[in-house]
Amino acid sequence: MSSKSIPSFPRSLEDESIYILREVAAQFERPALLFSGGKDSITLVRLAQKAFWPGKIPFPLVHVDTGHNFPETIAFRDWLVKETGAELIVRYVQDSINAGKVKEETGKYASRNALQTVTLLDTIEEFKFDACIGGARRDEEKARAKERIFSVRNDFGQWDPKKQRPELFGLLNGKINRGENVRVFPISNWTELDVWTYIKEENLQIPSIYYSHERSVITRDGMLWPKSEFLNTTEQEVPFNHTVRFRTVGDMTCTAAVASTADNIDDIITEILAAKISERGARMDDQRSEAAMEQRKKDGYF
Amino acid sequence: MEVLRIATAGSVDDGKSTLIGRLLYETNSITTDKLEAIEKASKRRGVDYLDLSLLTDGLIAEREQGITIDVAHIYFSTPKRKYIIADTPGHVEYTRNMITGASNAQVAIILVDARNGIAEQTYRHFYITNLLHISNVVVCVNKMDLVNYSQEQFEKIKEEFNALSGKGNFKKQHLQFIPIASLFGDNIASTSSNMSWYQGPALLEHLENLDWHTEENELPARFPVQYVIRPKSNEHHDFRGFSGKLASGVLKKGDRVIALPSLRESNIKDIFRYDVSVDHAEAGDSVVITLEDEIDLSRGDMLVLQNQPFHSAKELSAQVCWLDHDALVPGKNYLLQHGINRVKAKVGNLFSSINVQDFNHVEDVSKLGLNEIGFISIKTAQPVFADKYAENKQNGSFILIDEYSNNTVGVGFVV
Repeated sequence: MSSKSIPSFPRSLEDESIYILREVAAQFERPALLFSGGKDSITLVRLAQKAFWPGKIPFPLVHVDTGHNFPETIAFRDWLVKETGAELIVRYVQDSINAGKVKEETGKYASRNALQTVTLLDTIEEFKFDACIGGARRDEEKARAKERIFSVRNDFGQWDPKKQRPELFGLLNGKINRGENVRVFPISNWTELDVWTYIKEENLQIPSIYYSHERSVITRDGMLWPKSEFLNTTEQEVPFNHTVRFRTVGDMTCTAAVASTADNIDDIITEILAAKISERGARMDDQRSEAAMEQRKKDGYF
Repeated sequence: MEVLRIATAGSVDDGKSTLIGRLLYETNSITTDKLEAIEKASKRRGVDYLDLSLLTDGLIAEREQGITIDVAHIYFSTPKRKYIIADTPGHVEYTRNMITGASNAQVAIILVDARNGIAEQTYRHFYITNLLHISNVVVCVNKMDLVNYSQEQFEKIKEEFNALSGKGNFKKQHLQFIPIASLFGDNIASTSSNMSWYQGPALLEHLENLDWHTEENELPARFPVQYVIRPKSNEHHDFRGFSGKLASGVLKKGDRVIALPSLRESNIKDIFRYDVSVDHAEAGDSVVITLEDEIDLSRGDMLVLQNQPFHSAKELSAQVCWLDHDALVPGKNYLLQHGINRVKAKVGNLFSSINVQDFNHVEDVSKLGLNEIGFISIKTAQPVFADKYAENKQNGSFILIDEYSNNTVGVGFVV
């Protein structure tokens, strides 16, 4: 494929994101960057490096580990932390389960996606984080399209879409009361394509599962699901090998693979340009209902 | 790649969400899964066409009531440009969100229902685009199918709108009128055979060719110091860099600069974009600047060029739009945030408010309620370095924050 048709990354988006990250460092006492190991949070880490160079990233990376991650993601996370010298804090959903705070879901669609909200809120409480930076983008999902860059959450981490602060001219108001916290979304205005063209132009490393590879999968609801010890399957769901890659990286239980031979960044971008299915179309956590995301956000989810 | 930011405004039921859905549809920006979701939802609601408004009405309450409550951001791109649309609500009580959505826009699209002509809300929408000095406004006369694609009706609305726009203060605004039928795609991506009398461009064609470039680089340089970077590492032991996003103008290595408010002078030693030293920074660039001399400079201060005029004042006159349920009261203290500079402030006089129906001033007002626009004087505890909004948009606006609720309660434009 020719790389001619690949659009260039709009640099004004990077200027905006760096501005937002510096506002976080200046306006809050204890910020944290929520790191999932996916391409969006990898992009955030790069932006944070740029924003504070030659200083270090002035906040820790926080990973809420569901225990159902792709092993490749965890390996990548540890590599990146070493490479950047960033501080890493990991908290486990399993600990929340053991403490009896949340209960494992059952059935073939069981996932820990909703459970991680509790662990996240506990982590915020434990470290008294007043700002949590996340890689959510407005183009991902219709409820996210309505969220501010500085999104104020109450004591319970809840989002109230009807009480959002107006954000004008890039003026960011992060003033909060004790106990409240702000979720910050520096790449709100980026699209999936922007993230990929940025990764290309910045030569960023990403977990290997974004590139095509052979994997044992099952077919469910017309999609390919990675076979793993965490995925509950029925007898009819017989695993087979297929050349796939992942377009988005969540838990192994709620992220479907796409059949693809794209093994380099140019091919990935070309594939996305021609894609007929949206990025979150492969996320079972969003497919649960028409308002799945809004409901989770109101509960304190990202 | 260029980014064009658009704000859309229209009254309830003018078909704004449908228009945006249509733009996405025509640029192949709706993926199959999203289309299928809309098909399913349209059927559930008992409508027999593809209800494209369901694409943008993201909140449960919005879909229930069939209205838009909050600003939604929508993204699409063509080979030429990346577009960001801020879709803003038509309801009067959500006007503050239109200002929010439109504050970053280079283009505004105002929808008018061809059957009803100029509505009460149209005045407000136009006034806001004029107040914000949005240089390009596209007036889409929608639902032309319901007036038999009548040229006469289109011209009548155009005339009414021109009479209205003549009262605006910002005269450099360019208006483009386009007759459309967004439900069917007439004049959206390509010109419609239903309206052969219309000689102008289709909406998308107009947006693709629009030249919105501002003169921000030609304005005096304004560099608000956002965050001081002092790594104190072995490698960069003495590094002291001032990070910020250049609001306007151009700064070059070697330039003589003045620090506000201290008035101390120095020369720019280096400019960094990440670890790359560059010879200049333009308006909008996020950079780190180092100076030749150790001068007092911290967050909230500003660097300006020594040979250019600047403002540093503890008293401002401003036009404000009120965004909160608790009215603005003269004599009350607020926090004023200009760029990244936040200072204590006290509202002095409230001189008048604006009637957005006829743009006339109303004297003798005692308070300013939600969505009302008025003129105030304001005193600040520390100096702010603001330009007049008419001269420098980026450096001429501010917000007011309520010290008790922490809410952003007002937006001001320095006059």
